[in-house]
Amino acid sequence: MYFHNPLKNDRCAVSEEDILEVSVWRGTGDTGEYETFQVPARESQTVLDVVTWIQQQIDPSLSYRYACRVGMCGSCAMMVNGEPRWTCRTHVKKVTRDGALQIGPLRNLPTIKDLAADMDPFFDKWIAAGGVHTPSRSRAEPIAEVSPEDPGRVEANKGIECINCSVCYAACDTVANTPDYLGPAALQRAWTLYNDSKVEDRQAVLDAVSKNNGCHNCHTQGSCTQYCPNELDPLSAIAGLKRASAKSFLFKSKEDRQ
Amino acid sequence: MIRPHRTHPLWFAYMLHRLSGLGLALFLPVHLYVLAMALTRPASLDRFLAFADNPIVKLAEFGLVFLLAVHLFGGLRLLALEFLPWSGRQKSAAAAALAGAFLVSGSFLLRAV
Repeated sequence: MYFHNPLKNDRCAVSEEDILEVSVWRGTGDTGEYETFQVPARESQTVLDVVTWIQQQIDPSLSYRYACRVGMCGSCAMMVNGEPRWTCRTHVKKVTRDGALQIGPLRNLPTIKDLAADMDPFFDKWIAAGGVHTPSRSRAEPIAEVSPEDPGRVEANKGIECINCSVCYAACDTVANTPDYLGPAALQRAWTLYNDSKVEDRQAVLDAVSKNNGCHNCHTQGSCTQYCPNELDPLSAIAGLKRASAKSFLFKSKEDRQ
Repeated sequence: MIRPHRTHPLWFAYMLHRLSGLGLALFLPVHLYVLAMALTRPASLDRFLAFADNPIVKLAEFGLVFLLAVHLFGGLRLLALEFLPWSGRQKSAAAAALAGAFLVSGSFLLRAV
């Protein structure tokens, strides 16, 4: 069977001098170190291409995670030269410094092995932030109509393209300093649900994110919005939750809030 | 060195707000101590005020006014971010807070010299 490998294609072969110095994190759990590999530089290649080349051509034991390679699945995020990025859509040319790349596992998450981060804490926080959809109607009832122009729907639409890549979570210093902080992705998910009229108990979502380690822990550094590869704006979602939470605290009676 | 993921305007605005707050918190006890001299040791206060006419002290006061102004405008920026309807111009707001602080502290310096 023949697999087409663009990195082996002679037509895009380049001279011997075009070599990338790539240091890749190797190790299991908390221990490890950077190992340097020399990878041929190509005219057009992504960081994920580089990692795949190392795994296929030099060291098959290199562990990393990817699936779709086109920026849909959100599984290939890594730290590239100290910044969190979706590696499948990050061109090497845009991020190399002096022909060198440093690739590590995502920040703020435990490392399983090499470049594969343990995503469990990230998704556990989705649940903790009320991120599970609890419908207001059963399947026996007619579907609730939601107008696309409805202000809540417009607000929710801004956040629903999240692919759960955890780039924002890795960029956030508040997560780094407060390990139990829910983080930008989970809070943005909560904000979309809070604005979704099909959710049964939207006050419950707001209560889940108004507690300790919720939206009020955000220090407004904006790294989430700065690094979101889908150009979403978790900072505005968290600000929206803060506003809704403060309004609920000030203007709703205790019974209403329960 | 500042780590790469922090090199963007809103992170700098965050750090400036923290550092200016810290600077003001350290200044306040000294400020109150000097003011208290008016009641306890008027002669010492007069000597201190004469020392404060020194151009170097005026320059330091420029820094102090800058810290105060940047913390004030930065605080207003955060209140607007959290309580007013969302605006996408957060970087401009942070830049405006910095510019306003330079305007206020620069005017102070020009009047002082």
